[in-house]
Amino acid sequence: MSDVLDRPETGEGFHSVGTRPIRPDGIEKVTGRAAFGADFVMPGMLYGRIKRSPHAHAKIVSVDARKALALPGVKAVVSGADFPDLADELIEGGEAASSMRDLAWNVMARQKALYEGHAVAAVAATSPTIAEAALDLIEVTYEPLPHVIDVEDAMAPNAPVLHAHIFTEGLEERPKLPSNIARKHQFVRGDVDAALAAADVVVEGRYTTKSVHQGYIEPHACVASMGPDGQGQIWSSSQGHFMVRTYCAKVLKLDISDLRVTPAEIGGGFGGKTTVYLEPVALLLSRHAGAPVKLVMSRDEVFRATGPTSGGVIEVKLGAKKDGTITAAEVTLKFQAGAFPGSPVGTACMTALACYDIPNFRIVGWDVVTNSPKTAAYRAPGAPISAFGVESAMDDLALKLGMDPVDLRDKNGARDGVKAAYGPTFQNIGFLQALHALKQHPNYDVPLGPNQGRGIAVGFWFNVGGESTAAVHIGEDGTATVVTGNPDIGGSRASMAIMAAETLGISVEDVRPVVADTASIGYSMLTGGSRTTFATGMAVVRAAEKVVENLKARAAKIWDTSPENVEWSAGKAHCLDASKGEQKPLTLKGLAAQSARTGGPVSAEVSLNAQGAGPGFAAHMCDVEVDPETGHVTVLRYTATQDVGRAIHPSYVEGQMQGGVAQGVGWALNEEYIYDSEGRMENAGFLDYRVPVASDLPMIDTVMIEVPNPRHPYGAKGVGEAPIVPPLAAVANAVRRAIGVRMPDLPLSPPKIRAAIDAAR
Amino acid sequence: MPQFDYVAPTTIDDAVKALLAAPTAKVLAGGTDLIVQMRAGRARPATVVDLKRIPGATGVRREADGGFTIGAATSGAVLGEDAALVRAWPGVVEAANLIGSTQVQGRASLGGNLCNASPAADSVPALIAARATCVIVGPAGRREAPVETIQAGPGRTTLQPGEIILEFRLPPRPKRAADAYLRLIPRTEMDIAVVGAGVSLALDDAGTITEAYVSLGAVAPTTLLVAAAGQALVGGKLTDAALEKLDAAARAACNPIDDKRGTIDYRTKIAGVLARRAAAIAYNRAEAR
Amino acid sequence: MSKIHVTAVVNGDTAEFLTDPGTTLLDALRDELGLTGSKEGCGSGDCGACSVIVDGRLVCSCLMLAAEAEGHRIETIEGMAHSGDLHPLQQKFLEHAALQCGFCTPGLLVAAKALLDTNPDPTEEETRYWLAGNLCRCTGYDKVIRAVLDAAAVLRQERRAA
Repeated sequence: MSDVLDRPETGEGFHSVGTRPIRPDGIEKVTGRAAFGADFVMPGMLYGRIKRSPHAHAKIVSVDARKALALPGVKAVVSGADFPDLADELIEGGEAASSMRDLAWNVMARQKALYEGHAVAAVAATSPTIAEAALDLIEVTYEPLPHVIDVEDAMAPNAPVLHAHIFTEGLEERPKLPSNIARKHQFVRGDVDAALAAADVVVEGRYTTKSVHQGYIEPHACVASMGPDGQGQIWSSSQGHFMVRTYCAKVLKLDISDLRVTPAEIGGGFGGKTTVYLEPVALLLSRHAGAPVKLVMSRDEVFRATGPTSGGVIEVKLGAKKDGTITAAEVTLKFQAGAFPGSPVGTACMTALACYDIPNFRIVGWDVVTNSPKTAAYRAPGAPISAFGVESAMDDLALKLGMDPVDLRDKNGARDGVKAAYGPTFQNIGFLQALHALKQHPNYDVPLGPNQGRGIAVGFWFNVGGESTAAVHIGEDGTATVVTGNPDIGGSRASMAIMAAETLGISVEDVRPVVADTASIGYSMLTGGSRTTFATGMAVVRAAEKVVENLKARAAKIWDTSPENVEWSAGKAHCLDASKGEQKPLTLKGLAAQSARTGGPVSAEVSLNAQGAGPGFAAHMCDVEVDPETGHVTVLRYTATQDVGRAIHPSYVEGQMQGGVAQGVGWALNEEYIYDSEGRMENAGFLDYRVPVASDLPMIDTVMIEVPNPRHPYGAKGVGEAPIVPPLAAVANAVRRAIGVRMPDLPLSPPKIRAAIDAAR
Repeated sequence: MPQFDYVAPTTIDDAVKALLAAPTAKVLAGGTDLIVQMRAGRARPATVVDLKRIPGATGVRREADGGFTIGAATSGAVLGEDAALVRAWPGVVEAANLIGSTQVQGRASLGGNLCNASPAADSVPALIAARATCVIVGPAGRREAPVETIQAGPGRTTLQPGEIILEFRLPPRPKRAADAYLRLIPRTEMDIAVVGAGVSLALDDAGTITEAYVSLGAVAPTTLLVAAAGQALVGGKLTDAALEKLDAAARAACNPIDDKRGTIDYRTKIAGVLARRAAAIAYNRAEAR
Repeated sequence: MSKIHVTAVVNGDTAEFLTDPGTTLLDALRDELGLTGSKEGCGSGDCGACSVIVDGRLVCSCLMLAAEAEGHRIETIEGMAHSGDLHPLQQKFLEHAALQCGFCTPGLLVAAKALLDTNPDPTEEETRYWLAGNLCRCTGYDKVIRAVLDAAAVLRQERRAA
């Protein structure tokens, strides 16, 4: 069950913030009426399919579509040659900058196929069956090339080079030869070598993780329509329809204003839907065919062609005094980027030591291209990977020092005033409170039986703000419509409605939140980085405040006084002008009813660039039991505490924490991309890519610590990402304590654990 | 999905004819393997012959001798709801009920599980340990064959063109007899067995094992009936020494592969572990009778 | 390969449609009957988003040919609420916030209904194993399981009261 600690008892008097109303889009989603990406149809619509490379790395010699085009019902075939050439241009995305040329080449291969599943051609036909038959008739001639997928193999001097134009960035001197190493990241403070040499105790480890997929249940899907005049419309499921608009315009060299994108409901994303795969292809097919085109991925395509996150190597060395004070940390990270540069190794470096106050450190990260799908953001991109290494080493340090693992983290933990390894100085953070809550939780004292172990780990995520727009419209009956441009991926409509209701002083049920298309609301960055409740929420509150100002002005007009003499509270205007005698307060309903006479519709739109997102800290505790004969791990108990700022809708905050834990447990125990010797994925389906099922998990106990963020009107911090950071190490540390052997390589599958137990005997 | 003709005959003879008429024709029972394979393009039959409208192809019948006849296309869910079958053959039913999810249980059948010919099929080790036979109908008429003679290798069976497994027969049980099936999967559900072990035992009044059959899945190209493993148990009680002999015999019989689901070393060790554990469950069940 | 004429009872009403032999029940429900509440998450029976009830039996509609539906009774998510009144499971999913993105929700609800139709008082463990074929990537299942157990209690109470 869940508890909320530290809810301020000052009685700030919220009537909506912190309550748990039924989400406004709930009925549609429990009755099957909500329309997701694949549910949209248009009259005259064609069905598209994408032909994908069977090779991990191959030169594309030719693409011959003549036979496919001759098949009755086939209306268009496109391949790389049909897409415009782009210059290399970086564009800011939600969580990382992307090269538009790389993006375009990922959407449709040119010259080379860089991974198995890379799109090489696409077809549109009058039925799915014909489109499928046409795929076989598109003749692609390849010249297979040597491939490389393992990150350290890809860094080796003799590795096959994916891109002749990549010369490692971030080195003191530009290298003379191209390589797969796209960039070196480095963060240094103090003298780490001297501090390690002087340390009483040193622990070190080398850890590895495999590439894992976000695993959203809804495959990518869109419908696109484009006329010969170059004006297009897209209906698609994504984490940001403005992102879809920008990326499609860039990839196809269109004017942004010529594209209108309408968001479908989104069936999960976790970062994986922060880019485009299908939309530009569907637009181009539609332009060639002269009809709308629908593209829907199969699950197989989702695994082979959309972004997993990196597999990585993490090397960690920690130095400490006998009392547990950590004096030095050295962290080296090597990440698979997939076919194009841009793994999350930069954020992995920045977050690696963010939970701690360590005077001397050196963090180095390597971004390495490999013949695997281009990585996409996955929930706290990079952070779980570096945390797996650092938190495993912290556990070994606690064991070596004979210290309680919570106390060790407490002693070295980040607190207000500490300068984070990545730069800023922390303020209003609740890391230590989260740690203490773990120790106070009843689960901390549950005795363990044989073959059982308890693992502790912590995690950090920045959370981001950024550009958002929101509009608040008051209807003639006094109800409110809240319009934003952020797809609702996990209940954000509810939090928008709550914040608007709180500000307007009306009930949540009188607020209807809407996610509008790109032509109906101003620009908003995508739903990601745990930014929506913070940044878009701030825009909602500011717009609602403008509405309140407007309403006050109208009341002032009615009372013939100045707006300064009007106070707004509990959804009513109160007259403070004593000269006007006792005036009955004017309700929002009443003011709305006479809006035509007081200046017309009551409405406000606010665009802003939100700054001051509060970072999130999570502390987790996992109890496992290991079957020593089979190596099978059972998760017995899981406890997650987190500084959540202020929980706007606590149920959905708990849901984020629980969901992050479940994904992290899957990453720790069973999930991985498995490749054969030809570089083809062997487990591109939910049967052998094993995400946790209901019977794999216990209830996930959560404790929300509320340390409000002063930079947000209601104290919100992002909550979605921090909870996936600790579980990898929390599970591994629990297994370590259950079997007495450190398991440095994820996933902790039964064969590996049994082998480790046998080896230790 | 590639296109094909769909037929749902109402007699087994019409089914045999339809199967013979198209060399690539496939039999459809629950479809939980076939439809997946067709969608992936791994199976491209010209005709799909649905068995489920044929009388006898579905349902569980108690025979006069105390044995059971099970229609080959009967879903796992139906098996699990048959109290008499669950009591007589708990291992067979628990094995059948481990195939896939609740949803898959609504469709998946013993006939499909056997004819898909996966070495990892969950119900097959339990059926073999139970000494089950199948009634096969084909152009040459009917024949009955032990379950262990059907698999020929991964994805291949010994069935002749036009032959269909119509039903399974489980023999009558002595008073103190029981079976059990265990498998190892990385998750708790929804996986293909890394190793599966079926054990069927009969005891005398003193608790001495008089009959023992042990069958292992996913450790060889076909499901194994391991005679030495059964012999390790016969003639005594389920002592630690007997279990050690069983473990060793099970491991010795293994000829597995390294693949995405498990290693040779791991599969071999687990075959021994699961054989022991399944034997213990079967023994306790038998003793409780 | 001509089209096959299928007559089935869908959510209590007779439905007729023409189908290719290679069309799944899921595709027929979505494309021929416009019932898009059943979702395709995998097409291989591994995620449960397409769960429907056929003659009282829970199945994946992606693992059944539309042609096999002839003469059978099919229940989908669209038939779960009666004349606007939510089923207790739907109500409890909303109250417990047992959905985040909502994509797996129709399948989970149908599967949970099949459970409670046969087992009015399931344990947490029985519920978890019954629903193991319904993948949810958002919630970690905690609130889903609580919602199902709570709905079971409501249904038991309704039954006692009746």
